[in-house]
Amino acid sequence: MIIEGVAVVIPGDDVDTDVMYPGQFLNIEDPELMKAHLFEGYDPSLRDQLGPGTIIVTGANFGLGSSREHVVQAMKAWGVRCLVGTSFARILRRNAVNLGLPVLECAGAAGAARPGSQIRIDTDTGEVDVDGQKFHAQPVPAFVVDLACSGGLVPWAREQLGA
Amino acid sequence: MPHTLAEKILLEHADADDVRPGDVVTVRCDVVMANDVSGPVAFRVMEQMGAERVFDPTKVVMVADHFMPAKDARSAELQRRLKEWSDAQGVTFFAQGRGGIEHTLLCEEGWVVPGSVIAGGDSHTCTYGALGAFGSGFGSTDIAACLAFGEFWQAVPATIQVELAGRLGPFVAGKDVILAVIGEIGVGGATNCALEFVGEGAEALSIDERLAVSNMAVEAGADTGLFPADETTAAYLEGRTERPWRAERTDPDAELARRVEIDLGTLEPLVAKPHLPGNVVPVSEVAGTRVDQAYIGNCANGTMTDLRQAADVLRGNHIHADSRLIVVPATQRIYREALEEGLLDVFVEAGAMVSTPTCGACFGGGMGVLAPGERAVTTTNRNFRGRMGSPEAEVYLANAWVAAAAAVAGELVDPAAVIVGTAR
Repeated sequence: MIIEGVAVVIPGDDVDTDVMYPGQFLNIEDPELMKAHLFEGYDPSLRDQLGPGTIIVTGANFGLGSSREHVVQAMKAWGVRCLVGTSFARILRRNAVNLGLPVLECAGAAGAARPGSQIRIDTDTGEVDVDGQKFHAQPVPAFVVDLACSGGLVPWAREQLGA
Repeated sequence: MPHTLAEKILLEHADADDVRPGDVVTVRCDVVMANDVSGPVAFRVMEQMGAERVFDPTKVVMVADHFMPAKDARSAELQRRLKEWSDAQGVTFFAQGRGGIEHTLLCEEGWVVPGSVIAGGDSHTCTYGALGAFGSGFGSTDIAACLAFGEFWQAVPATIQVELAGRLGPFVAGKDVILAVIGEIGVGGATNCALEFVGEGAEALSIDERLAVSNMAVEAGADTGLFPADETTAAYLEGRTERPWRAERTDPDAELARRVEIDLGTLEPLVAKPHLPGNVVPVSEVAGTRVDQAYIGNCANGTMTDLRQAADVLRGNHIHADSRLIVVPATQRIYREALEEGLLDVFVEAGAMVSTPTCGACFGGGMGVLAPGERAVTTTNRNFRGRMGSPEAEVYLANAWVAAAAAVAGELVDPAAVIVGTAR
């Protein structure tokens, strides 16, 4: 699958899910209502850059901490298409893949991208193009690529259940 | 083929002939757990999946603990959804006043046995590693699939073995062991790995201390934090559970990602400074740091062990005029035991506030959140910016002796300096 979009850069390493979605808003269960609180404890102005076609660019160990899916649910509700970063914490990576957002570890691309950079990703080959510069992401198991690219666990489950 | 403990547990729960680190396998769950935060989001996703019933009602348990008792109408609605859904599905539901904080509770109630796989809608599900179970935390969509199918996908983790030598010294606890590990390997040091705690030092730790250690495995990025089951585990489980189990260990020649050695005898009481659990230094290095609030509680540190440690410090003492202390017994059983043992009276007499079991201020939910500029020392597991309230507040993580002593002194201090008489 080819994914094209515009970079929104989340600067720094070890950006945790508490700053991305503070605990006091965890009593919200509608993703549309979660959107207003994304990045609330980190940099709320990042929300102004989000939209359909956003590719989130991160540093190392992005999304450590709580399993709160509200972070990725809110990203998806904003229209985010994919995450590219130096590395990702386990549960955030799972949450993204399960909601149909491919996750690529590519330190080169993460370092080269600037806010507004044009990014093009080939999920089959792992090639990441940032403003014309080409990088290669760490290989991802085929199952995980397929799951993310086919929309995540909901379509997978519907198929299993014949729903 | 030699295997690690984590690999053996996953192999028993997967349709695979063999597993190696990095292999993606489908893993069967023995227990699926969620709470008032992760549950309702998962129920919504389960509906989108077109799944009407859970895979096996006897293997599903729901716990109201995060916004409990409800802080506002929206939180009350979540608790109602949790109860109505649990009743409709015929699964076990621990309601307000009948359970407590999920991870201490599920161990206490016999849901967790060695060798089992537990998927929890909470990152601190790794706590079950203390009993030799592969407990791991998941987001709500994973939990929805676990509820519907009883399975999750999992990349088999490599294993970092932590060899604990020696014995804990005075005022050093399980919390200090895991802070030392995270200080050593970093907050992402165990990503894609399981931690495993072995050696004579590990065997000498009580179950409560093991809970404190395994609870923060995720703070190093680990999938889980395992203690191989031993006689201490067997004694804890006696009379608590009917579930069958057997003890497994890592084969001596199994391939490890890394080995870390820690001599417990050399550890001092530690703290993790703001705003990362890996910013670990001895308390002595930050002694004199003013503290507005101490908080003793969370999903692994509101145990009788923690409460007794706090009472050691508070007996005959008073909370400093410019400080305050909140004590949160983790479960209703612990609450009653502390009551019967006279510990709650020690706390109240000292000027502390005793809360009913709740996740409360640990995650900034309520029941004691912090104002801008305030500083807390807590026995909880995360000190991220804004975790316990204002983004301008600071959180230091420490054991219960250190937290209680800070409340008495109004500043971080060596617990030995404030104890009246002789501690246990």
